Amino acid sequence: MSWEPVIGIEVHVELSTRSKMFCGCAVGFGAPPNTNVCPVCLGLPGALPVTNRKAIEDIIAIGLALNCEISDRSVFHRKNYFYADLPKNYQISQYDVPVCRDGHLDLTLDGETRRIGIERAHMEEDTGKSTHLGDTGRIHAAESTLLDFNRSGVPLVEIVSKPDIRSAVEARAYAQELRDLVSELGVSDARMEEGSIRFDANVSIREEGSEALGTKVEVKNMNSFRSLERAIAHEIERQVAVAEGGGEVIQETRHWDEEAGVTHSMRTKEGSSDYRYFVEPDLVPMDPGSRVEAIAARLPELPAARRERYRSQGLDGGLATVLSAAPAPLRRVYEEAIAAGAPPRPAANWLVGEVTAWARRTETELDELPLTGDQLAELLAIIDEGVVSASAAKEVLEGVLAGEGAAREVATQRELVQISDTGELSGVIDRVLAENPDAVESYRSGEEKVIGFLVGQVMRETGGRADPRAVNEMLRSAIAV
Amino acid sequence: MSVSRVAGDPPTIAEAGRRLRSGETSAAELLAQVLDRAHRTEAQLHAYLTVDREGAAGAAAQADADLADGIDHGPLHGIPVALKDNMCTRGVETTAASQILSGYVPPYDATVVRKLRQGGAVMVGKTNLDEFAMGSSTENSAYGPSYNPWDIGRVPGGSSGGSAAAVAAGSALAALGSDTGGSIRQPASLTGLVGLKPTYGTVSRYGLIAFASSLDQIGPLTRTVEDAALLLETVWGHDPLDSTSHAGPYPEPRSRLGQGVEGLRVGVVAELSGEGYEPAVERAVTEMVEALADAGAGIVEVSLPTFEIALSAYYLIAPAEASANLARFDGIRYGHRGDGETSEALMARTRAEGFGPEVTRRILLGTYALSAGYYDAFYGQAQRVRAAIQDDFAAAYEKADVLVSPTSPTVAFPVGARVDDPLAMYLSDICTIPSNLAGHPAISVPVALGDAGLPIGFQVMAPPLGETVMFQVADAVERLAGFTAAPVLREVPA
Repeated sequence: MSWEPVIGIEVHVELSTRSKMFCGCAVGFGAPPNTNVCPVCLGLPGALPVTNRKAIEDIIAIGLALNCEISDRSVFHRKNYFYADLPKNYQISQYDVPVCRDGHLDLTLDGETRRIGIERAHMEEDTGKSTHLGDTGRIHAAESTLLDFNRSGVPLVEIVSKPDIRSAVEARAYAQELRDLVSELGVSDARMEEGSIRFDANVSIREEGSEALGTKVEVKNMNSFRSLERAIAHEIERQVAVAEGGGEVIQETRHWDEEAGVTHSMRTKEGSSDYRYFVEPDLVPMDPGSRVEAIAARLPELPAARRERYRSQGLDGGLATVLSAAPAPLRRVYEEAIAAGAPPRPAANWLVGEVTAWARRTETELDELPLTGDQLAELLAIIDEGVVSASAAKEVLEGVLAGEGAAREVATQRELVQISDTGELSGVIDRVLAENPDAVESYRSGEEKVIGFLVGQVMRETGGRADPRAVNEMLRSAIAV
Repeated sequence: MSVSRVAGDPPTIAEAGRRLRSGETSAAELLAQVLDRAHRTEAQLHAYLTVDREGAAGAAAQADADLADGIDHGPLHGIPVALKDNMCTRGVETTAASQILSGYVPPYDATVVRKLRQGGAVMVGKTNLDEFAMGSSTENSAYGPSYNPWDIGRVPGGSSGGSAAAVAAGSALAALGSDTGGSIRQPASLTGLVGLKPTYGTVSRYGLIAFASSLDQIGPLTRTVEDAALLLETVWGHDPLDSTSHAGPYPEPRSRLGQGVEGLRVGVVAELSGEGYEPAVERAVTEMVEALADAGAGIVEVSLPTFEIALSAYYLIAPAEASANLARFDGIRYGHRGDGETSEALMARTRAEGFGPEVTRRILLGTYALSAGYYDAFYGQAQRVRAAIQDDFAAAYEKADVLVSPTSPTVAFPVGARVDDPLAMYLSDICTIPSNLAGHPAISVPVALGDAGLPIGFQVMAPPLGETVMFQVADAVERLAGFTAAPVLREVPA
């Protein structure tokens, strides 16, 4: 029997707004415990929430980027459950009227486009953080628990995909695309290792060709894209093994153990928990629809659109993807260079190759990259004109980045300009031929590969400034005479 | 045991303000007078849970110094005011009369407290209430009941019973209460005071320990209608910290005081009479309606059929919201903490020990009403009733400018009479609940003495933000009633 995995991904994105979702406390990673707190996010008696406008603008931007419908009327609900790190013992979240619904995200995998449906994206507040001390660090064996409420009330967007994902690889691609997108929108740090973007997967399997959905298992605790892919692949294998062994997959939450490479059962869900949702009476309904136009107008170009544009400029798929994912300053130099007349493909290659390598080597922040589009365009032009060789061009780039001036200037000053004067080159060639009679003899007797040696000699004599191809041709005709 | 009468009626806010500004008295002297009253009566009344002598003395000294410097903070400047103990006061214990908040000292002031401070008021202390404002007699306080100054064998009403007892006894010149289903108006009625629930959203709830968020509203308990307006104007106004706060514009409650009721249409609510209403209460209401007619008002009888089911809707909505609002009291961050091996056990023990029986009953009721499978039949249905009540009100306000009724079907009842019968207790609020469900303003004005010489309150209801016309009518009612009776206070030496 052949099995088809059916996967849905739930993503929690912490927004990087200045203040929390419902109070004025700062949002920040790494502050000492319980310092970014106030009566509201500590759930003190009498405190009331006030909605962060910026967070609502951010979720609208996310919704638009995911091609969602933005609700004209959206309300907050209380999701009731008791947990020590949830100060009010209810979470302000959304239930049946989320800000965003019915969207999609297109992925390109092996040159094919896959459309993943987005069920909804809703706004909620994050909980505090529990640190369980003793034994395994898991709650059941803990001796005590420390609570930090700095994270309590941080704006959180939950994005729920439709169960449209069919493999672990696809799940990873979806997650990465989504991460790139929120990062591009500038609404979140989107760092998995800091937990500012978190992925949970709902995995089930069904017989190939079946339309029915199997029993789903929620997989949690993946803290890198690699572990997301591994965890899902493992879970699919596990479910197939259960099914083929005649067993039945049960609905539960499983915890991914990165080191062991397996999932463990966390808790069995007997039906769904009763969160007793009801409309949050401390807040009034919102009208996100009225903000769509203004927010759409200032949306940045999104990765998918940008990749498409790069491809239309002549970059191949791989290069378009790499440049699209490259930091903004590099892309800005690329755009400027194109505008200055540079050919797109070499411009992109130089930026993601040599320029990036130089920045890494010299530990230069890309924000402070000392390279303009005009400078890059000039460098590419002198290569194209044959003024410098490709290898000499790297040295020219170094000079430009070191602030020695424009490309032509650097090439001249560093004496990297190729010898294009055939008279000068003829003299060197004559000299080399005269000094290497044996080689000339070998060539004449049919050993053509010695030409390489002779070219090398000429290059050495000219300090690498000759065009090797021209030298090759001139040598051959000189010997032939 | 020698018993002697406590002499002298305390002044109104308006009168005290006049005396302060003429130099006849000082804030310190006014404070000394109310503290003296409290000292003489608290053993019998138990109106206060906390008296903040130090804080009040400081505020009074500041008020006097400011006035001497020519700085006048307004009508409440130097006036001793009491606060129901469900409003957070920075540095002063705030318990909501619950064991679960025993010893809890808030790190911040409620918006109304901040406004009172800015208005130069002198906050005397925190008054008793039914635990978390759940009750109609102040007998549900974890710290023991309050008693009615008119008859200490009777309840002062509730849940703002401590505030009512304090003002009626003169141990504060005015007080703030909170009204979720009648908790200001009913105790005002039972203690011969003016009590007002303003339009929902006009007084900030920030810092009010929530009972039912969509119904709770803070308001004044005072000796006169004018005083109620003065205190209201001091504490209301838009508050960015409360998302349900009304942005404006606000009515002008004192703009039509003394203008009479000539030409106004007064609607008498048919549903708020009959079985369960004491004859003396009905008689007092009828006499006041006749007096209003004589004064030139047009009287119309209006029917609001949904009032019959308002109580049922209220006892689903309020407990449902309360079940979530009170979830935060878990012993983790503040207040009482019970023992437990795990965090779940700790929370469960804390709550079992910390909440009294009425609060527990309402949390269970509300939790049930919100449960999957019951939500639509209970909470959903109650919300539809709520909408229908608003429609009924809207239709009635086509025919009338204000609606009138008794505030409470009965005068103050004996201590203990209804504690074992929650449904009888719930019926105390039958006249007041509809205004909470609709979010409309309503005021109780004392008009007569009924059975056993106990005060009867007359309720005037108005459309949302209709405080101006409501005060106009309430003021006329006060003048027509000429209610000057005061409780006979007896001093019991400690």
